[in-house]
Amino acid sequence: MPPSITGRDLRGSVAIVGVAESNRIGIRPDASALTLHAEAAKNALADAGLGIGDVDGLFTAGVTSVQLGEYLGIVPRYSDGTSVGGCSFIIHVEHAMLALEAGIIKVALITHGESGRSRIGGTGAGHRGIPPDSPQGQFEAPFGTMGPPTLFSLPATRHMHQYGTTREQMAEVAVSTRRWAAMHPMAMMKEPITVEDVMASRPVCWPYSLFMCCLVTDAGGAVVMTRADMAKQLARSPVYVLGTGEGTEHNMVSMMADMTSSQAARLSGKAAFDMAGVSHAEIDVAQLYDAFAFTPMLALEDLGFVAPGESGPFVEGGRTGPGGDFPMNTNGGGLSYTHSGMYGMFTLIELTRQLRGEAGDRQVPDANVGIAHGPGGMFSAAGTLIAGNASAL
Amino acid sequence: MLQRCNACGQAYYYPRPICPHCMSDDVHWFQASGKGLVYSFVICHRSQPGFEVPYVIAVVELEEGPRMMTNLVGIEPDPELIKCDSPVEVVYDDVTSDITLPKFRPVEQGQP
Repeated sequence: MPPSITGRDLRGSVAIVGVAESNRIGIRPDASALTLHAEAAKNALADAGLGIGDVDGLFTAGVTSVQLGEYLGIVPRYSDGTSVGGCSFIIHVEHAMLALEAGIIKVALITHGESGRSRIGGTGAGHRGIPPDSPQGQFEAPFGTMGPPTLFSLPATRHMHQYGTTREQMAEVAVSTRRWAAMHPMAMMKEPITVEDVMASRPVCWPYSLFMCCLVTDAGGAVVMTRADMAKQLARSPVYVLGTGEGTEHNMVSMMADMTSSQAARLSGKAAFDMAGVSHAEIDVAQLYDAFAFTPMLALEDLGFVAPGESGPFVEGGRTGPGGDFPMNTNGGGLSYTHSGMYGMFTLIELTRQLRGEAGDRQVPDANVGIAHGPGGMFSAAGTLIAGNASAL
Repeated sequence: MLQRCNACGQAYYYPRPICPHCMSDDVHWFQASGKGLVYSFVICHRSQPGFEVPYVIAVVELEEGPRMMTNLVGIEPDPELIKCDSPVEVVYDDVTSDITLPKFRPVEQGQP
């Protein structure tokens, strides 16, 4: 047997050197999905002090790398179109790390762009529909399951049954996240809300009410990565990749082996923590994809921050909000900042800003190590990044 | 009807010619009991073609082991009335002349 590979040698070998959103996010009837990709790519490269001509590795989801390469006018040496839902871009960080460290590429560009609200450009998750002869078309869709609000909520109900998790606890997540959004200049929803407001908002799909569901917006985002040696020569303080993980499980949520725990997330989180060699107590800030209020709660359990079933009591009392002892989704999350469809990109952008110390009013003090994590599909896949600034190396 | 693998003995859903547990292609169809337990459910308030809101989407764990997506019928769409792990039985909904969907209704407590 060859020695097992843990990835520890890769810790700190590459860094995030540029991040940005598209020029504006929220409601963008003026921009196609590809335009949102391109704006974000231009802005993230400018943030890094690099140009499009430096890019030799292209990573994207929702559109193909050839659609994007044509639009950007580049011919990348290497591309990766892994597209397993919202966590795809977090997974791309792992794939970019491997290509950078193998010496195949020097500059990786990861982009996201989705016209989720205005539906311009016909690309992105949910635009293609479900073929009626696919497994999902035959065995889920005929029961009126179309869309995340119905499918993503099934695990929440099982968790409530098994552990006594309450809708009020889910509402706490929405309230804390909104308080962070109030401090983000690009956030869509900033007005303070209470648990009572969340509970009283209109029912979408029980157990979720409207304020427990993510926004539907138009937005782009991009990340630029290089090897650590090159990162030190660039414009911004590098944010080093300490650990990465990914996992894929089912496609249909009805095939999820245990609706109270995602195998993909457990696999992904463990791999990232093993590679990073950090403890949970060392995580200063967490960006956990919040498609719905319960989504990050399950991540808290699957990543090992709390024991199975304990995320409900954990999020009570504003713990994940500003001033709480577990700052989570400090950009305002998919619930209040933006959610164009595949939100995972924005966990990377905010984690980077926090670890650079440039998050303005919402900056978490002494944020040196942090985690970005998300599911893809209906808890179908997962991606995890643990990153740190120079003090974490 | 469900499928069962002759090699590993496990029943599975959805249908496919290769067993998802052991990859054997030695599988057969058998008559299922039509009984199960509610594994999880949601109550959808968003209108969908062919459905009158609110309606209940559920995953039922069949007596034979596999789980399947379905709808609960014959019960009010009220979260106070529907319980996970409560017994249900199949009822067939002839949606069109070609397509029949297996849906589930509550089994009265004490009934066999």
